[in-house]
Amino acid sequence: MTFIKPKFRHPDLPTNKLGYTLSYYEGALSTLCAGCGHDSISAAIIQSAFEMNIEPHKLAKLSGIGCSSKTPAYFLSNSHGFNSVHGRMPSVATGANMANKDLIYLGVSGDGDTASIGMGQFVHVIRRNLKMIYIVMNNGCYGLTKGQDSATADNGSISKSGIVNQFQAIDLCGLAIELGATFVAQSFSGDKKQLIPLIKAGMAHNGFAFINVISPCVTFNNNKGSTKSYDFVRDHLEATGTFDFVPEMEEITTNYESGEKHAIKLHDGSLLQFNKLDNEWDPLDRFSAMKAVHQAREKNEIITGLLYLNQKAMDLHELVNTCDRPLNTLKKEDLCPGNGVLAVINAGLR
Amino acid sequence: MQPTDIKNPEYFHKVVDCQYACPAHTPVPEYIRLISQEKYTEAYMINWESNVFPGVLGRTCDRPCEPACRRGRIEEEPVAICRLKRVAADNKGEVKPFMPQGPFSFNGKKIALVGGGPASLTVARDLAPLGYEIHLFDEQFKGGGFMRSQIPSFRLPESVLDEEVNYILDLGIHTHFNHFVHSMEELLSQDYDAVFVGTGAPKGRDLPDLPGRNEGAKKIHIGINWLANVAFEHTTNIGKKVIVLGGGNTAMDCCRTSRRLGGEFVKVVVRSPYSEMKASPWEKEDAMHEDIPIVDNHVPIEFVVKDGVLKGLNFEKVTPIFENGKRKLVPTGEPLVFIEADDVLIAIGQENSFPWIERSAGIDFDKWGMPVVDTLTHASSHPKVFFGGDSAWGPKNVITAVAHGHQAAISMDLFCRNLPLTQRPSPFVNLVSQKMGLHEWAYESDVVNDVRYTVAQADKKITLSNRKTEVELGFTKHEGCKEAERCLNCDIQTVFVEDKCIECDACVDICPTTCITFIDNAEEDELRQLLNMPALNTSQDLYVSAPLKTKRVMVKDEDVCLHCGLCAERCPTSAWDMHKFLYEVTKAG
Ligand SMILES: Cc1cc2nc3c(=O)[nH]c(=O)nc-3n(C[C@H](O)[C@H](O)[C@H](O)COP(=O)(O)OP(=O)(O)OC[C@H]3O[C@@H](n4cnc5c(N)ncnc54)[C@H](O)[C@@H]3O)c2cc1C
Ligand SMILES: Cc1ncc(C[n+]2csc(CCOP(=O)(O)OP(=O)(O)O)c2C)c(N)n1
Ligand code: SF4
Ligand code: SF4
Ligand code: SF4
Ligand SMILES: [Mg+2]
Repeated sequence: MTFIKPKFRHPDLPTNKLGYTLSYYEGALSTLCAGCGHDSISAAIIQSAFEMNIEPHKLAKLSGIGCSSKTPAYFLSNSHGFNSVHGRMPSVATGANMANKDLIYLGVSGDGDTASIGMGQFVHVIRRNLKMIYIVMNNGCYGLTKGQDSATADNGSISKSGIVNQFQAIDLCGLAIELGATFVAQSFSGDKKQLIPLIKAGMAHNGFAFINVISPCVTFNNNKGSTKSYDFVRDHLEATGTFDFVPEMEEITTNYESGEKHAIKLHDGSLLQFNKLDNEWDPLDRFSAMKAVHQAREKNEIITGLLYLNQKAMDLHELVNTCDRPLNTLKKEDLCPGNGVLAVINAGLR
Repeated sequence: MQPTDIKNPEYFHKVVDCQYACPAHTPVPEYIRLISQEKYTEAYMINWESNVFPGVLGRTCDRPCEPACRRGRIEEEPVAICRLKRVAADNKGEVKPFMPQGPFSFNGKKIALVGGGPASLTVARDLAPLGYEIHLFDEQFKGGGFMRSQIPSFRLPESVLDEEVNYILDLGIHTHFNHFVHSMEELLSQDYDAVFVGTGAPKGRDLPDLPGRNEGAKKIHIGINWLANVAFEHTTNIGKKVIVLGGGNTAMDCCRTSRRLGGEFVKVVVRSPYSEMKASPWEKEDAMHEDIPIVDNHVPIEFVVKDGVLKGLNFEKVTPIFENGKRKLVPTGEPLVFIEADDVLIAIGQENSFPWIERSAGIDFDKWGMPVVDTLTHASSHPKVFFGGDSAWGPKNVITAVAHGHQAAISMDLFCRNLPLTQRPSPFVNLVSQKMGLHEWAYESDVVNDVRYTVAQADKKITLSNRKTEVELGFTKHEGCKEAERCLNCDIQTVFVEDKCIECDACVDICPTTCITFIDNAEEDELRQLLNMPALNTSQDLYVSAPLKTKRVMVKDEDVCLHCGLCAERCPTSAWDMHKFLYEVTKAG
């Protein structure tokens, strides 16, 4: 019986700039169903953190409730974590972020956790442009509670028990763009080539980065007729183009002709490179992004890639002008600057 | 790449690194598992079938399996495969009932075996149960060949050797001991249907041209002759100061034996650098543990003899220099080094010698005086005569002699039945799923982290005072179990069925050693570079599937697979399964 992952790794595993191998970013052995898409997303997160040379203690992973929300146990064991209440991950993330903006905040949620019980929290965290990466592992059902249709189940999708979903689906990417999210992407758990650069870019983004990852539930929603099954998703994927994330400092070696490749410099100096972009669509233009989402829906396609990026908006800290230092480093002198300062403030209010 | 043909037994055979490397292809992981279950008799019999001398080999084997062991590629040390064999031999119950039971009805054919070493004994064991009348000739008074005359008792107790030689002789072999065969022609003129030559490589190399060789002759000995004299108790002591020339196995046995016969200041002096010595690392360690310094980079120049008495040797110091990829020993120019000695043992190699085979006997010899022998069938140019062991292609080791014996026995049986010698029997193979439940396998799939256990040795004071006291104590049962658990079960194969795969990546994500990649197919060289972990060990195969739904293929690098079964446990569709692969070399008959 194997409930423990062997300690041995490939002897030639490369190390990143911090001298860590990939295994330093792993978590416990997953207890999800064998073949669950969520496990692949965990693997993509591990790979991204490794490639981004993240010091594990500089990252906090937060989640709600659901199979998807369990996954933080299965990656980045050396990072901070908070498994919150169902649908409440955004408020916990907001609190943590307000207290210390030096960490990378990685939120993991499910379609149930986000689009049903947590919808109220989700829309507000978008509005506030909290600097975090928010990943929804979207399987169109409540996996943990045995596969009931979720709010992202497509109209007409057939459940494992044979029932056709009558309701309209909530399109989380469309909603996020509509509400002014500043980084919106969609991907598929089975396409790490695309997912990993998206996660890396999301971590580098200075604001709220949302990635909706279609992630088949192999046990309750991988049947014929389901629009979130491996087969259906693979047959209906439509990538907006291939995409590279080039971290700051790394030399850009590829020559590209205008039109063929399109590069966007991110806030932290890293680059996003797009290859062969659809002519009609510009990820920096919200209208064109909206249009692309609507068109895909019309054509029954699942559009993937970085759909929308806005680097101009201020993140929550800038908006409310918080203090730069983590709250736990503030001393009494900082918090209680004394009578002189109080007098000045009071004078200002006269 | 073309999809891998797993129906070809050689594919999975190669994955079982130890078994593949073993000349006799002993099913190593199978017997190691039995040891971990304390089934020593069964473990012994698996060995006995393949390598005939488990007790001997569990103490003395050259262990080509261990450098090949997969465990050595994922951590420091391989599984102690060889010493586990001894655990089976030490703790077994009654094994005779599981061996072929004579008398066997005579099939009308007579076979002569010249030499009573492991090669001949293996032929005897394989052919006797088929009804052959077997006559074994050896100049010594007992069977075993070099295992008796050369391998010292402190490494291999006589009782262990006797027991395993007798298992064979008890099959009804007609033995002719104290009988040196002087003429092949005469032998062939008798009514033998086939003759096997297993006479070994009995001639020790000398240094005839070194000044002082003749003057000092009384105290200068050829290593293997001296060891035989010790074994047969013609020699019982040696001087206090001994120099052993040479860096191979014989040198190690000579120096350690000298320590037991009165040698107090025994030195091994070798021409080459320490790292290039032919002796195995463990042999060198054992010698040094017995206070025997190894002096390397010293070339013997002359024996120093005064008034007819050997005083020692003069050596020239050299240093290795690498030129055009070749290693040369160049004198350092320092003055000659004199090392004192009462006795000198020359242990610089052995040669074949066939003074008893007339060149008119119909057996072709090459220009080096070696018989021309077919590498597959062991046949010589004389249809009735077969060669094996050290006599065929020069000195090797016991396990190679055994492997030769098996193959020669097959040929001799085919020959006696008028069948073509090239009609080799195919191996016996079997592939069975090990799945018992969701997380349950019929084998211990956990990978333990223990480092290699060391075998305890008896107190040096005791072992040095008696040449016959065995140095190694062997693993205890408990240590044997623990060491056995280090085995990765490389015979439990990962088997992939492409139609079942939904390309969910679960196996890729779980695999601890990053063996699996789903990728667009390419030529092997390119593919090896593109895998999630580049497959740089080209001696290990890639397992490639037929194209999947997405047109990609599954590629598994066999190199560092832990056979942990996690891929199969995480696969939702059982596209991966763990199958136990049994591969047995078919014997004669
Ligand atoms: C010092 C030393 C230590 C060794 N230690 C090891 C070890 O630890 N492990 C290992 O695997 N290998 C070891 N070897 C090698 C191993 O002993 C041989 O490779 C192996 O025994 C060869 O087996 P064989 O059957 O070919 O012949 P041998 O074992 O050499 O037997 C040949 C027999 O034929 C007899 N013979 C020869 N000519 C005639 C004739 N004309 N008539 C009758 N009888 C004849 C010889 O006297 C001898 O008894 C060692 C060798 C030496 C020299
Ligand atoms: C407040 C509250 N209400 C309901 C539940 C029951 N519940 C647990 S998980 C879950 C749905 C999870 O669905 P999703 O977020 O899509 O996660 P998945 O398991 O599909 O990954 C529900 C309704 C709960 N744990 N807490
Ligand atoms: S781990 Fe076990 S089966 Fe694998 S090569 Fe080593 S001894 Fe053989
Ligand atoms: S058995 Fe499977 S999971 Fe385990 S190391 Fe081998 S390929 Fe990887
Ligand atoms: S876990 Fe099974 S189904 Fe999934 S990719 Fe691997 S072999 Fe295919
Ligand atoms: Mg869900």
